[in-house]
Amino acid sequence: MADMSRRQFLKVTGASLVGSSLVMMGFSPTAALAEVREFKLARATETRNTCPYCSVACGILMYGLGDGAKNAKASIFHIEGDPDHPVNRGTLCPKGAGLLDFVHSASRLKHPEYRAPGSDKWERISWDDAFERIARLMKKDRDENFVAKTADGLTVNRWLSTGMLAASASSNEVGYLTHKVVRSFGMLAFDNQARV
Amino acid sequence: MTNHWVDIKNADIVLIMGGNAAEAHPCGFKWVTEAKAHNKAKLIVVDPRFTRSASVADVYAPIRTGTDIVFLGGLISYLLANDKIQHEYVKNYTDFTFLVKEAFAFEEGLYSGYNAEKRSYDKSTWDYELGDDGFVKTDPTLENPRCVYNLMKEHYARYTPEMVERTCGTPKEKFLQICELIASTSTPTRAMTIMYALGWTQHSIGSQMIRTGAMVQLLLGNIGISGGGMNALRGHSNIQGLTDLGLMSDLLPGYMSLPKEPEQDYDKYIAARAFKPLRPNQLSYWQNYGKFFVSFMKSWWGDAATPENHWGFDYLPKLDKPYDMLQTFELMSQGKVNGYICQGFNPLAAAPNKAKMDASLAKLKFLVVMDPLATETSEFWRNFGAHNDVDSSKIQTEVFRLPTTCFAEENGSLVNSGRWLQWHWKGAEPPGEARSDLEIMGELFVRMRTLYRDEGGAFPDPIVNLSWPYSNPLSPGPEELAKEYSGKALKDLADPKDATKLLHKAGEQLSGFAELRDDGSTASGCWIFCGAWTQAGNQMARRDNSDPTGIGQTLNWAWSWPANRRILYNRASCDPSGKPFNPARKLVGWNGTAWGGADTPDFKLDEDPAHGMGPFIMLAEGAARFFARGNMAEGPFPEHYEPFETPLANNPLNPKQPQATSNPAARVFKDDREAFGKVEQFPHVATTYRLTEHFHYWTKHARLNAIIQPEQFVEIGEDLAKEIGVAAGDRVKVSSNRGHIEARAVVTKRIRTLHVEGKPLHTVGIPIHWGFTGVAKAGFLANTLTPVVGDGNTQTPEFKSFLVKVEKA
Repeated sequence: MADMSRRQFLKVTGASLVGSSLVMMGFSPTAALAEVREFKLARATETRNTCPYCSVACGILMYGLGDGAKNAKASIFHIEGDPDHPVNRGTLCPKGAGLLDFVHSASRLKHPEYRAPGSDKWERISWDDAFERIARLMKKDRDENFVAKTADGLTVNRWLSTGMLAASASSNEVGYLTHKVVRSFGMLAFDNQARV
Repeated sequence: MTNHWVDIKNADIVLIMGGNAAEAHPCGFKWVTEAKAHNKAKLIVVDPRFTRSASVADVYAPIRTGTDIVFLGGLISYLLANDKIQHEYVKNYTDFTFLVKEAFAFEEGLYSGYNAEKRSYDKSTWDYELGDDGFVKTDPTLENPRCVYNLMKEHYARYTPEMVERTCGTPKEKFLQICELIASTSTPTRAMTIMYALGWTQHSIGSQMIRTGAMVQLLLGNIGISGGGMNALRGHSNIQGLTDLGLMSDLLPGYMSLPKEPEQDYDKYIAARAFKPLRPNQLSYWQNYGKFFVSFMKSWWGDAATPENHWGFDYLPKLDKPYDMLQTFELMSQGKVNGYICQGFNPLAAAPNKAKMDASLAKLKFLVVMDPLATETSEFWRNFGAHNDVDSSKIQTEVFRLPTTCFAEENGSLVNSGRWLQWHWKGAEPPGEARSDLEIMGELFVRMRTLYRDEGGAFPDPIVNLSWPYSNPLSPGPEELAKEYSGKALKDLADPKDATKLLHKAGEQLSGFAELRDDGSTASGCWIFCGAWTQAGNQMARRDNSDPTGIGQTLNWAWSWPANRRILYNRASCDPSGKPFNPARKLVGWNGTAWGGADTPDFKLDEDPAHGMGPFIMLAEGAARFFARGNMAEGPFPEHYEPFETPLANNPLNPKQPQATSNPAARVFKDDREAFGKVEQFPHVATTYRLTEHFHYWTKHARLNAIIQPEQFVEIGEDLAKEIGVAAGDRVKVSSNRGHIEARAVVTKRIRTLHVEGKPLHTVGIPIHWGFTGVAKAGFLANTLTPVVGDGNTQTPEFKSFLVKVEKA
């Protein structure tokens, strides 16, 4: 009886015992709260991730609906600290505790958008049109302003009139690919948030 | 970090200065609590504000923002004057005994070689005396007045406790109490860790502040040991990784650097970076630069990188000057930049002087924003009243906003402050049509390549020849990319120890960077990450958290660069003979034939210590540098300079030399200098900071965080509140010479009035988290106030010390 669950506990109390006396007898239902969590999370898909905020990189467990089946759309409904993680050992800070609201923020962007010169509003644009237009603008600017050689004949192969700021929380794989692409264009005005 | 988060528990003293881990890195700070509870550690916090880190400190000292070098210089002076240094360590592992060139000099705040017009130095005198053999001249007796030890002692003798009190505003007794505590770690068995963050980097002398901290640690023998180290607490989850991968204007992956314009000759480019040893029998590991570089070029340009074209050397752009963010925005403000891409970066909020940013972005022809969230930058053209008062009709910039995935919706790895590469897994699909950054960069590249293939154009070679072996060219996979930056054999590799054996077959993943070659037979996109994905699989995804020695060395959890080494310079945790200084916290040791222990040794594994190889194997000397030679913009020894917006009339250390009031080697653009304010109009010293409840400009988009810290405020002390007639909760106006913000006043005892140069001085704390997009109450971007001037070396903006005026709104 010492490791009764919350459900059993309710049954027992319903059958005439009162909680306080149970506790006095040494049957504190400490395990019971965790048991309720089990019900909530047992059927969820658990995915391991790391917090994207500061550089402690706390391990997190994300619990999601959806089991990978084609018609089951995955959606995260709970995030907590990963107890196996050697640094955070299951805990999260007030920033990380709100991660679920970041994933589902009302500010999440859902469609490519375009703002025309002089306009005061966004318009929807397709990915295809966005890529087409951006690639054209970039190629035109590169072709017009690329510096292959300096006035005194030094080979420099640089493109200075377009620049890029890379992220602070994108993965190594994103960073690596971004660098590869950007440098192949000859871009130098290229930084990431470590500059700040 | 030289060390890592869990290792903080091994410290005997924790110094938090230039950071506030309890609020900005709360789960990492728990290891400070652990050290206090289980290792009887003492926590010292030095900060302009009585932060939550300070609230649990054993000793707290207030300091005027921007004066950390005076405090730390005073500490160095104390340690030297009282002989509280670890002699065996400094004598054997640092440049203490090295002789410096006769012509090197320092006078009234300026080093030899200063050019006031160019605001830079001719650094030719900033070096050691070399003998005819090409090695550094030394004086083991330390009697020569030109040895680094004596020069340093003389330099910091000016940094007295009295100077600390009148410049920093730190009471002398408090300063001396801290000196005494810190000096206790000069014994070989006591360790101090230094934890710092943007409170040190965001100054015009930020790099030198950090160097001064590192010098303190070297004097005490606290580098390379468990519980010690210089621990930079990075501000974001992967700016460590993105810097490691070289996403900076002048870098290539693995801290290699782009060629400068005069470096037209490939062999000379390599030779200038492959440092030859400056003392006998030193490893000088950068001698392998050619192997790292060729392997990198093979990763990017594959078969097009050949010995004949110097592995594609001319495919790389060459620098005529740095094009860091501040330089780029200056060019943008002059109308010299046409296009700009912001990937998960919100520069309107994150770069200094918002008015300049708004004006500069409006001069672009096109702006592309890739982000999971609606950032201020993406809406810079839209009028948000006082928070962004612009006229959309006058802004001709085309803006594209591309929705991206967030962490929960992708596989990949991040590098934490302790250099751990940890893999994470996708748990859900992104909302709407959002795509991963890999898909966006992949498709953008493929479209550009098609245009260049079909139409030609300016120098198409590096684009059309870029190696692009991905199974879906429009969407390179994270696993494919991780294998690529780690590296593989391109040909069958014979074992260098036994040519009859094969080390790797062609196509196999490499085990580590020691296997890289400069003949084109290996590829590795980032040599310091080599070994992250070996033939045995993804090492970053490892999840064995066992800690066999009990000192927090979980070597089978994830993977750490370089070579899964958890504590850098760990050879220095042993005495010259190879015995651990502190056997209770042994990291590595020499067993007579090899180095080994609880960490991957940071040393040549079979090197007999009797032969004198130094522990700082990346440096040509093999020894750590108190004297930075020509590697810093301002000088070989850190010197205090005032913030560019200083409340003082001059630099108390060099009052007679106006050129040495603020950093004489910092780059300042004309328009930015004109935008500096003076103490007469802006009498209060401001510093920006983060709150526990918010992360940068992101969590104002997250409901829970917006609920617990909903509204913008500024923090002022009780004296200032009284002086300007403001009560807690009143609205105040805070102005700098660049603009103003309005916010609620939080009146606290946490910011006290300092007495500097005989006068009372008020500090104003400005949390940064608000803006005009998101679900928190709209507010002003804090960078409306901040000045545009960067650190002399890194160009990190001076967000931590500037002048404002606070008044009732």
